[in-house]
Amino acid sequence: MKMVRSNAPSLKGRIADTAPERFFWDRAARVCVNQLACGTGLGGRLAELKGRSVVVATSSQLTTALALIELDGVARRLTILPPDTDHLDAVIACAEADAVVIDAGTTDHGALDLPLRVVCAPAIVPAEQLSLYVPTEWVLLTSGTSGVPKLAVHSLASLIAPIGAGQRLDSAVVWGTFYDIRRYGGLQIFLRAIVGGASLVLSCAGEPIADHLARLGRCGVTHLSGTPSHWRRALMSPEIGKISPRYVRLSGEISDQAILDSLHATFPEAGIGHAYASTEAGVAFEVSDGRAGFPADFLEHDRDGVELNLVDGALRIRSPRTAQRYLGTQHARLRDHDGFVDTGDIVEQRGDRYVFAGRRGGIINVGGLKIHPEEIEAVINRHPQVRMSLVRPKQNPVTGSIVIADVVLKSECARSGDELQIKNDILALCREALPRHKVPAAISIVPALDVAATGKLARRYG
Amino acid sequence: MSIKLTIMDQMKQIAREHGKTLAPLHDNLVLLDSGLDSLGFAVLVARLEDTLGIDPFTAAEDAMFPLTLGDFVKVYENGAQQRAVA
Repeated sequence: MKMVRSNAPSLKGRIADTAPERFFWDRAARVCVNQLACGTGLGGRLAELKGRSVVVATSSQLTTALALIELDGVARRLTILPPDTDHLDAVIACAEADAVVIDAGTTDHGALDLPLRVVCAPAIVPAEQLSLYVPTEWVLLTSGTSGVPKLAVHSLASLIAPIGAGQRLDSAVVWGTFYDIRRYGGLQIFLRAIVGGASLVLSCAGEPIADHLARLGRCGVTHLSGTPSHWRRALMSPEIGKISPRYVRLSGEISDQAILDSLHATFPEAGIGHAYASTEAGVAFEVSDGRAGFPADFLEHDRDGVELNLVDGALRIRSPRTAQRYLGTQHARLRDHDGFVDTGDIVEQRGDRYVFAGRRGGIINVGGLKIHPEEIEAVINRHPQVRMSLVRPKQNPVTGSIVIADVVLKSECARSGDELQIKNDILALCREALPRHKVPAAISIVPALDVAATGKLARRYG
Repeated sequence: MSIKLTIMDQMKQIAREHGKTLAPLHDNLVLLDSGLDSLGFAVLVARLEDTLGIDPFTAAEDAMFPLTLGDFVKVYENGAQQRAVA
């Protein structure tokens, strides 16, 4: 383990000299982050965590934020658990964790039975500071389709690379994020607030959107970020009038023209940007011209050290912002031999623009959750009257992507009178076997499905 | 069945299927307070396309984000009218 005595560029170092005061809020508490420069939320136990592989399993984003600021430059590895992480045992084993940071609301203590356990409170008390610097690996869980999440290794440098040296300290900025800071998209906003000297309003699980918007308004949010799904939901709330951000940001899902136009109509004075990013690839680019997709010339020149290329229509990215590798040995390489990360997102050129056409392999993204169509088709095909089925995404400008199943019935039962009953039976089967977001929103009975020359079902993107 | 009744009927059925409690339905009910979540609405829009034969949200040139149940019903009534004219 490398340990350096220095005024190292840790997160804590970045909050030290940013007068005036700035705050992090959640629904229940407000913390003046500047106090962390000579205080702690970890009950004076930070020193015990030095050099360890620490799992951050706090239940609230506010304690997560405080723990991350304190532990960067102290822990050898920081593994951030998003809420409702499945396969916790496997994740902890893969991270080789030997310590855990929890808070008062953390549950699932059984799986978190590690040699060292430290509680983080959303209140800062004065404490002596450690004068050491351990380079910290930041480990983020990917939002995979099913099974054990992959653990992608970043460094603070790769995480803050997209923020750029151009960002000036501006304590008048108040960031807000609908997105959880324990996932890549939300973590970017947390880091933007720290690097930019800004305040930050965090979301809370289970908080109604109306309350959240009212809270964002009270805190005077100026910069607000979320997925297109988050924004669609916010636009359906009468409380949207409580906020007037001057910058609106979308990431985590592909932004379509409808959501960009609606946000522009709602916040005509605001800058609106959509970022293309993933846990593995980092932030590849941000688009601020109000149009969906991205300019075709992004592929021609490298921009801010980010190179894009296409292989079989799929976008690949090489940049200092990508994760370095996956933890564990069972996964494919995160980067290929040339250093490119394959995003699996298919793009098509339309004039001077590239637009996103869906995921390779037909993977469907519903509100940020990835779905393999084959898994759903296998359930539908169990129905005795189904010959074959095709599960596909359908875009809707207001509700976002939804899952539709086209079903071919065996000929002897293809009488229209039975169709409604069969549809209901298929849905019942799906509800029994699948999580709610994978159950098709609608089933349509079709006479036939296209089969490609390969003998496989012909899947169209998007 | 009128468009409004069809919509309310589907909302009740989806709430049942998703194990959600539906608020009493009336024109001024804010959709986000109805008890259906965003996935529930996605399902509602897909089901209504099946039963009413229209998806006014996709057909419209500009995205509309209805706030109340009354707004939502109006979007469908206008969509049905436009189809009848066309």
